Amino acid sequence: MTPSRAAFAAILAKDLRAELRTLQSLPAMALFAVTTFVIFRFGLDRTQLSGSLAAGVLWATLLFAAILGINRLFVAEREEGGFDAIRLAPIDRSALFAAKAAALVVYLVAVELVVVPVFALFFLDSAGALPPLALVLLLADLGLAATGTLISSMAVNSRARDLLTPLVLLPLVVPLSIAATGALEPLLAVGGPGYNRFGTWLAVLGLYDLIFLLVGYAVFDFLLED
Amino acid sequence: MTEAIELRGLRRDYGERPALGGVDVSLRQGESLLVLGPNGAGKTTLLRILATLLRPSSGEVRVLGAQLPAEAWKVRGRIGLLGHEPLLYRDLSGRENLRFQARLHGLRGEAAEARISDLLAAVEMERRADDRVTELSAGMRQRLAVCRCVLHEPELLLLDEPDSNLDASGRALVGELIGSRSDRTRVLVSHDPERYRGDADRTLELGPGGRVAVA
Repeated sequence: MTPSRAAFAAILAKDLRAELRTLQSLPAMALFAVTTFVIFRFGLDRTQLSGSLAAGVLWATLLFAAILGINRLFVAEREEGGFDAIRLAPIDRSALFAAKAAALVVYLVAVELVVVPVFALFFLDSAGALPPLALVLLLADLGLAATGTLISSMAVNSRARDLLTPLVLLPLVVPLSIAATGALEPLLAVGGPGYNRFGTWLAVLGLYDLIFLLVGYAVFDFLLED
Repeated sequence: MTEAIELRGLRRDYGERPALGGVDVSLRQGESLLVLGPNGAGKTTLLRILATLLRPSSGEVRVLGAQLPAEAWKVRGRIGLLGHEPLLYRDLSGRENLRFQARLHGLRGEAAEARISDLLAAVEMERRADDRVTELSAGMRQRLAVCRCVLHEPELLLLDEPDSNLDASGRALVGELIGSRSDRTRVLVSHDPERYRGDADRTLELGPGGRVAVA
């Protein structure tokens, strides 16, 4: 058996190399998010957002941008035979789940590094909320990556995968969205970041991450069976 | 010699439609089995079951001493499959694809690089090895697919139309890599029985609707 760590590293490196070479997901995700901010800015006719509205705009935009990447996560495996190649190898298949989830976290963080400053530029008075906001987004990214990887691996075998992924994923990430916006709201409050119930929401995010990472690890092997 | 493959009453149905109807065949280590049959006779289904990629509907399947599908994990890594698809990532180069496969099979470092270079040389692909797969012709992809299939020195080769898209020189080069060897069992699917009949120890003829004949 090839060690899981070696298989994880091989799959993750392969995915990142292919994305860097083709740029099939990252530019689309970033462009979608920036365009959505522009639409919100003119649609709401506001140059400043705060509290729950700011949290909602930021999270909803990132979530829908993430779906673009989630939809494409297993396309190469499906269309180029990667599933078979990986299933033929003497590896623990949960390495594929872990590598795909890690690749998705990398994509999400890369997109956020570009679009969160744009959000701040469009809607915030100061950049003081950005450091604690990064922690919230990182925890939310982990949960979204675990859930998104699971759903994407199932939806990729369907011709309607572009439709199926959001339909199945969005209900599953409702708890994550509540926790993420709950943690973001005080950070984006008028007058600078506050920390009312911040720790509670971080704990909920952490619990969600733990549950879906464990579920993914436990069931992914079965999802790859014929 | 031990049995490399033992099939007893192997059936596979797709819904109501039988793809394989009661295959009984055994093959010793180092032997070659030629599988013949028209389109849709279940040849690819048989190979995918032997490769642990598909579950049988019923019957007994023993491959390299492991009962399938329950003990599939025991034989993964000991099988090389060459199917209709080359199982290569189009946006990676041939060499990158082989490196990726090598790492999945636990081959690393200089030994892996040397093995990859030897294989690329054997199929005369060194000059195009760093081109993306999407830029290669179908014949070149098939040469790379053969390299991928034998990279980890499998004990069992499952070859579905190995000559697909290859010219005469390609067939000769690839033939060297997938030829008969005493330490390697082969199952060959072909629409050109004359090419492989002399090379095969046994022949399995599959018919439409799962019919089977063994010679």
